[in-house]
Amino acid sequence: MGYLLLIVSFWSVIFYFNMLDEIKDSVDEELENYKRQIVFKAEKDPSILQQKTFDEGFFSVNPISKKEALNFKDTYEDTEIYAQDADDEAPELEPVRILTTVFEQNGNFYELKIFNNMVEEDDLVKELLWDAAGLYVLLIFSILILNNLVLQRLWKPFYELLHELKNYRLGISKTFPRVETKTKEFSDLQDAVTTLLQYSEKSYEQQKEFIGNASHELQTPLAIAINKLELLIEKEDFTENQAEKIAEIMEIIERLVRLNKSLLLLTKIENKQFFDNQEIKVNDIVRKNIDDLQDIADFKQVEIHFTENNELSVNADAALMNIVISNLLRNAIFHNIKSGKVEIIVDSKKLSVLNTGAEKSLNQEKIFTRFQKSEEHQSGSGLGLAIVKAIAELYDFSVWYDFKNGMHEFSVNF
Amino acid sequence: MKILVVEDEKELLKSIHDSLIQEQFLIETAENYQSASEKIAVYSYDCILLDIMLPGGNGLQLLQQLKDMGKSENIIIISAKDSLDDKLTGLELGADDYLTKPFHNAELNARIKAVLRRKNQDGKNSIKLSNTELDLTERIFFVDGEKITLNRKEFDILHFFLLNKKRLVTKTALAEHVWGDHIDQADNFDFIYYQIKNLRKKLQQSNADIEIEAVYGIGYKLIEK
Repeated sequence: MGYLLLIVSFWSVIFYFNMLDEIKDSVDEELENYKRQIVFKAEKDPSILQQKTFDEGFFSVNPISKKEALNFKDTYEDTEIYAQDADDEAPELEPVRILTTVFEQNGNFYELKIFNNMVEEDDLVKELLWDAAGLYVLLIFSILILNNLVLQRLWKPFYELLHELKNYRLGISKTFPRVETKTKEFSDLQDAVTTLLQYSEKSYEQQKEFIGNASHELQTPLAIAINKLELLIEKEDFTENQAEKIAEIMEIIERLVRLNKSLLLLTKIENKQFFDNQEIKVNDIVRKNIDDLQDIADFKQVEIHFTENNELSVNADAALMNIVISNLLRNAIFHNIKSGKVEIIVDSKKLSVLNTGAEKSLNQEKIFTRFQKSEEHQSGSGLGLAIVKAIAELYDFSVWYDFKNGMHEFSVNF
Repeated sequence: MKILVVEDEKELLKSIHDSLIQEQFLIETAENYQSASEKIAVYSYDCILLDIMLPGGNGLQLLQQLKDMGKSENIIIISAKDSLDDKLTGLELGADDYLTKPFHNAELNARIKAVLRRKNQDGKNSIKLSNTELDLTERIFFVDGEKITLNRKEFDILHFFLLNKKRLVTKTALAEHVWGDHIDQADNFDFIYYQIKNLRKKLQQSNADIEIEAVYGIGYKLIEK
């Protein structure tokens, strides 16, 4: 729009000067005509030669010497004289163009001055400004209409495709974006997009399948390792030192097991293998989890407060909701300080778990990603919150983390 | 007590066998669908441990076979697949329990005994050892007929120990059994130590003839004095 305004303004200036030029040319021609008429008339009517000033007409004649006349060149000059136009209330300065020339009559030389009204420049500018503004508005309207009618229709398939692409979710959307179009460029674009999506979809599937299969295949070997070690410890007599080494190995295997279990759970969530959705009362699950964890919280000298501002029910899988709440609660209890506290608040659409802990904010962006562990708790799998997030995503709940007033807050918006 | 273990992984089969032998069970094994099917048809067992994915067929079909034959054995499915569908189908087809691999020997013991107890209940559902008795229905613990107050977790821990008497119960097995499957924190061990300490104190004070012994810092063992 601004660009257009610039073009129109620029064009108006050029147009103005061109027009002024054109007007002058035409006035000059007219003055030339008058000259010929006056000279012609003067031959028959010598009284014309007596008109020495502009007072009685639009020309004046003054005799000059021959020498002056021979050296004279015709001049055109823009000047102003007092005059009263039809649209003026009093005489005012009007722009005029004066032709000064010489002619010879019966051997005498005369200087002839003829004036003609020029266009009033300020009027012209005003007029032109209005015209330009009109042109600008007209152009804008035309462009808008053109854009809406023609371009919109032309680009319709493109925008439709764009819209569908924006709504496309890898691993969730069932069909690829598809629009009806006869335009070759658009159908080419569509084909390219589809190929790309098919490829991404395939990689996504393969990746999921790989994690699923890998962790699945690990189950039996892990089971064997644990069971054998347990039998070994039971049967043999070890020195304290040897037993300690075995205990370390067992602990590592246990960690592997936990990790593997969490990965399996994540895979299952992502594969939507849980879908026994029913009306779940969040308050009840929170109460049950507090009950389960009360002893351990007492042991860690962490106080749990539960504020129920509302009864909150969601439609979800009971086991998954239990995992969400249990993971958040455990997280709050375990990453706490001695005689710290945990606050659980249930609102009409929101569950918040707040806890005291390290006196600094955690990384908001990374906290819900896989394998994020705190420095003090290296033996955790680092998957607890990632699981919460995965479950939230499955149901379109949002989760976020905040640190304020010395409390770490994890919330789920249902 | 005769137990059939159906499991295609040889090493796992062997370790299950070695663990259960210590409980004085009579163990038979089958490594594939065919031999399991034959054994089920010919003999009867007190309990069958059944892997679902077997060479030659699906363990769930064996359940169907048992059902068709009108046999009501105690069945515990042991599977690497922690799938809700399988769990439901299995339980629908008459399985009594579902255990996901990997599991602890102590957990398997506890599950088998719980299943056997459920089927062979003779009125009173309690476990007796020396001068103690754990009433599972009323959730009361007696020493010499006298009631000893235990909190809920202490009761669960003692129950787990009694199902695994004289056997190693690792801290992890205990934590998982008592606090559920989603344990993700090793801090629980301090808490377990604390609970065991309290339980020991109560056993001592009530002059119970059983005690909980530490095993190399890996776990514990319940023994008779």
